[in-house]
Amino acid sequence: MPPVDVRATVISNVRLSRDYNVLTIAAPEVGALTEPGQFVMLKTTDASDPMLRRPFSVFEVLRDDLGTVRAISILNKRAGRTTGLIYGLEAGDPVWCLGPLGLPFNPPSSGAAWMVAGGVGLAPFATLAEALVALQVPTTLFYGARTADELYYLEFFDRLGVTLVLTTEDGGAGVQGRVTGPLEESLKGLGGPNLVTIYACGPEPMLAAVARLAERYGQPSEVSMERTMGCGLGGCYSCVVPVKHADGETRYVRSCIGGPVFDGATVVWE
Amino acid sequence: MTALDMSVRIGSLVMPNPLMAASGCFGYGLEYEDVVDLSTLGGVVSKGLFLAERQGHKPERIAETPSGMLNAIGLQGIGVHRFISEKLPLLRERKARTIVNICGTTLDEYVEVARILSDAEGVDALEINISCPNIKEGGIQFGCSLDGTFSVVSAIRKVTTLPVIPKLTPNVTSPASFARAAEDAGADAISLVNTFLAMAIDVEQRKPKLSNVVGGLSGPAIRPIAVRMVWECRQEVKIPIVGMGGIMDHRDVLEFMIAGANAVQVGTANFVDPFIWAKLLDGLTDYMQRHQITRLADLVGALDTTSPAKAHA
Repeated sequence: MPPVDVRATVISNVRLSRDYNVLTIAAPEVGALTEPGQFVMLKTTDASDPMLRRPFSVFEVLRDDLGTVRAISILNKRAGRTTGLIYGLEAGDPVWCLGPLGLPFNPPSSGAAWMVAGGVGLAPFATLAEALVALQVPTTLFYGARTADELYYLEFFDRLGVTLVLTTEDGGAGVQGRVTGPLEESLKGLGGPNLVTIYACGPEPMLAAVARLAERYGQPSEVSMERTMGCGLGGCYSCVVPVKHADGETRYVRSCIGGPVFDGATVVWE
Repeated sequence: MTALDMSVRIGSLVMPNPLMAASGCFGYGLEYEDVVDLSTLGGVVSKGLFLAERQGHKPERIAETPSGMLNAIGLQGIGVHRFISEKLPLLRERKARTIVNICGTTLDEYVEVARILSDAEGVDALEINISCPNIKEGGIQFGCSLDGTFSVVSAIRKVTTLPVIPKLTPNVTSPASFARAAEDAGADAISLVNTFLAMAIDVEQRKPKLSNVVGGLSGPAIRPIAVRMVWECRQEVKIPIVGMGGIMDHRDVLEFMIAGANAVQVGTANFVDPFIWAKLLDGLTDYMQRHQITRLADLVGALDTTSPAKAHA
């Protein structure tokens, strides 16, 4: 389906912390088309500074009691200029939203699903968890953050029936350390290859570690990559990821149209 | 009401309107077929093509700057042979007027790429990239020398009957003298400007924002310089000019045309709004109706310099 561009209105902006917020915008046209793992390109002004849109995973597709899509939300972490502007938006403000874009996650061919999130990398997993639960796939979320109060939406996943494995760098909740620790422990406990599909989103070193662990233990993995992106449609060639192709050659693939979800075993980690 | 004529002719290339998608900003065109009917554009200019495939630079490849962006993609591309087999048939099916942007590391490579494309079905014109600021061996050495510009254009002229449109760099003191060299060498038109060599630094990390350190600046930040350069070239040459540099709306299209451009290319704005094309056409239509102009070409070079415009606050 082709993407749509809507001038959406902010319904709510919930600041979760000094850095994180969940922005809900009235973009039902986008939400109705969105599959788990897809993204939107957002900007907060139609003036030329800032000029380019920024990519965000669709966090939630929000429906009313009758099941009609009313809005989407994004999980934002303040880092640069546009993410700062998005953090500061108020209800009623306009947002230009182009989407949905990119390739979604693939459902697991068999067995269970393990989602691995680091920090703001939680973003694509709310919609994926809903889809997996609807397919009756046993689903676990390995979720790491710096501190306990940066672990968000735990009730949401719990309510869906997702098993939660939490880690924090300071040990304030769950296991102290990186999310790859408990992931590896769980992989060791598996009886053989191809029993779980691993989905990962987070900082690139985490994605590289998850993809390597998945390969070592013989489980397929899909990673959602974040790149500096200009257009979201394949026009600018800025968001490339080095990918090993079937002919053995490594080529740059545009993450906007060849991703953002990649087979973890094919990404060449730098 | 009289039908409005927006058509543009560059040699054998006839376009229904002056709006072309700029090279490097529109992939191979097919990336955008879901959001715009490619046949409604004046033309689609492909990404720059060498003989062989190229991987381009490592990320980071772009950085946003005030009302503009830097890029140093490094001409990642599939090469001319894969373009002909994989992209050209589909572009023909979609009835896109296809202008292929060609690159070379040597004079021989430019000529070879031009010759191969001239034998292919469905190429409407060649844009000669002698102005990419981002790779050492990508033609800028030809584009920054009057002799080099003349020799590349005249060598390509000898091997093709397709319209030849050298794309000029703004990174010289007088682009108009390069326009003259291109016209003298037999170019059917010129396009300008390519991007301005520029850089941006992350002061906290004391590192360049681009992996290539320097890159090309595009976007509305460069538009007034590009308009001035088009206007200077209009005084110097008779051949059609394809103007570009930071066009964001139909008023910017008109600004380039009044300065002397016969057609325009839109690049960066397409990143911000891939649905821009219909809006530009609507804006041009509205302008022609308000000003009772039936042929848009009548506006080319229509600048009245006898006195400045009345200023509006």
